[in-house]
Amino acid sequence: MTFEPFLLRPIPDDDQLDGYMRHGGYSALPRALKSLSPEKLVQETIDSGLRGRGGAGFPTGKKWSFLPKDSGKPIYLCVNADESEPGTFKDRELMLKHPHLVIEGTILAAYAIRCNHAFIYIRGEFAEETRKLYRAIADAERKGFLGKNILGSGYDLKITIYRGGGAYICGEETALMTSLEGGKGYPRVKPPFPAVSGLYGCPTIINNVETLCNLPFIVNNGAAWFKSIGTEKSTGSKIFCVSGHVNKPGNYELPMGVSLRELIYEHAGGIKNDRNLKAVIPGGSSVPILTADKIDVRMDFESLAEAGSMLGSAGVIVMDETTCMVHAAMVIARFYEHESCGQCTPCRQGTLWMYRILHRIEHGKGKMEDLDLLLDIGDNIEGNTICPLGDASVPAVRTSIKYFRDEYEYHIKNKTCLVRMGERFI
Amino acid sequence: MEKITKNLLSEESRRRIRELENVFPQKQSAVLAVLHIIYDQFRYLDNEAIQEASELIGIPAVYFEEAASFYTMFPLKPVGKYLIQVCQNISCTLMGAEELVSYLKAKLGIELGGTTEDRLFTLVAVECLGSCGTAPMMQINDIYYENLTRQKVDDILDQLRNGR
Repeated sequence: MTFEPFLLRPIPDDDQLDGYMRHGGYSALPRALKSLSPEKLVQETIDSGLRGRGGAGFPTGKKWSFLPKDSGKPIYLCVNADESEPGTFKDRELMLKHPHLVIEGTILAAYAIRCNHAFIYIRGEFAEETRKLYRAIADAERKGFLGKNILGSGYDLKITIYRGGGAYICGEETALMTSLEGGKGYPRVKPPFPAVSGLYGCPTIINNVETLCNLPFIVNNGAAWFKSIGTEKSTGSKIFCVSGHVNKPGNYELPMGVSLRELIYEHAGGIKNDRNLKAVIPGGSSVPILTADKIDVRMDFESLAEAGSMLGSAGVIVMDETTCMVHAAMVIARFYEHESCGQCTPCRQGTLWMYRILHRIEHGKGKMEDLDLLLDIGDNIEGNTICPLGDASVPAVRTSIKYFRDEYEYHIKNKTCLVRMGERFI
Repeated sequence: MEKITKNLLSEESRRRIRELENVFPQKQSAVLAVLHIIYDQFRYLDNEAIQEASELIGIPAVYFEEAASFYTMFPLKPVGKYLIQVCQNISCTLMGAEELVSYLKAKLGIELGGTTEDRLFTLVAVECLGSCGTAPMMQINDIYYENLTRQKVDDILDQLRNGR
């Protein structure tokens, strides 16, 4: 049975209200409002096995069930559209080409958690995507899918778009809330968890764009249908973002558990210029590198963890044999150095020194003891910070040393790269 | 303190700022939205405009200044008419972002952070813009230019120079 993508369905005018509705759009909303209570929708989502698509993979329905029943405070939903994990570009495509799916998913989630005011926190650089969402919201309001007394159900919802300011850290859920409150995007210590005390001190749920886009299909087709796709513990489909040295980079929506080999060689057209594969980062720049001999791994939460990496945001970064791994590690380290919010010393100082040391090795000024120093800095960052950014800065550096130590040593001894990328920009 | 009476903010910006007043459960949430409005008008965060906006919406200026120092997408000084931001993150680097930067530097005759003498172009390198499958890429003002080649870059810059 061939799998048909449903999130990234190939409908050219899915970004228009007419096109979206002609293909079943906004049919899940009345169905849910009429036949599912919020509790039943939460249960259906739990039963579907849907897990967060932003990186952590936490079960979505279970997250919702952590909301206190009677806090007397408003409940908020924040849609995390601050997509900025290097190698990831799926939410952007969903918002550009399927904005109504994002909106319908948001309404369903808000209904399930009894929220009357939802926020979409979108990264500031996404101007076109923001325009698309504004238009989708206006269209939905006009049709009575949003606003007061939605489709006569008595349920009210307002969606407010909030544009970020180009800070990666604001994709971290507590930093996102601090930012939305008007401050610098500093993460907060958990507990209290957002479900108990989040935005403005109120119970809050933060869900990723892709996660929410699954809801209309779960409502229409049922939890059992969703569970029939993917693996036992990683259910449904996943949008894999393939970038780097492949013939056909892009987003591929496939069942969870597809092999990395199939993803790279069949869907993404194999390695460019018939070169050999060297390494892959399977889940965005925050996860451990896999070497070329590991690509029979299945792309789901469990299999990737067993293989020593993570599914993360499913940003699959493909590197061919001409890639200098020291250079790649330096570029990744520079990102975390730039994006560290500066709140925790181990992350602020650790990411800075990892980048500086990698920079000096790359530029022929490294010393052999720098390799142990890099690993030592990594050990001192991990587990010692408020949020996961610090932890995320370490795996690429550590695994590049673990698997490609010869390249580092060559760099230090010969003050140049062992392998060199040819001209790519022509 | 002396009140700013320069009226730097345009009518459009003032209207947009006033509209923010009842959008959020708490007023201070409007901080980033106001910075976006100032950025839209000036293409950088003009300090006097920030003071004016602060008085208009009734949020202390220090909140705007703090946010301005944190959120990197807003330039703090005037930039050229076209702000060219080249992504230099891992996927773009794998596809030649560093060569793209060198090409732009040579073509425009400026270093990173520099502005051309005619004030038309400012060139900066930035981190991931979420366009990794269409690398190498650059953002000019609001628009993404993707799958870049030397020829495409030449054409884009020519078009902008000719005011199209």
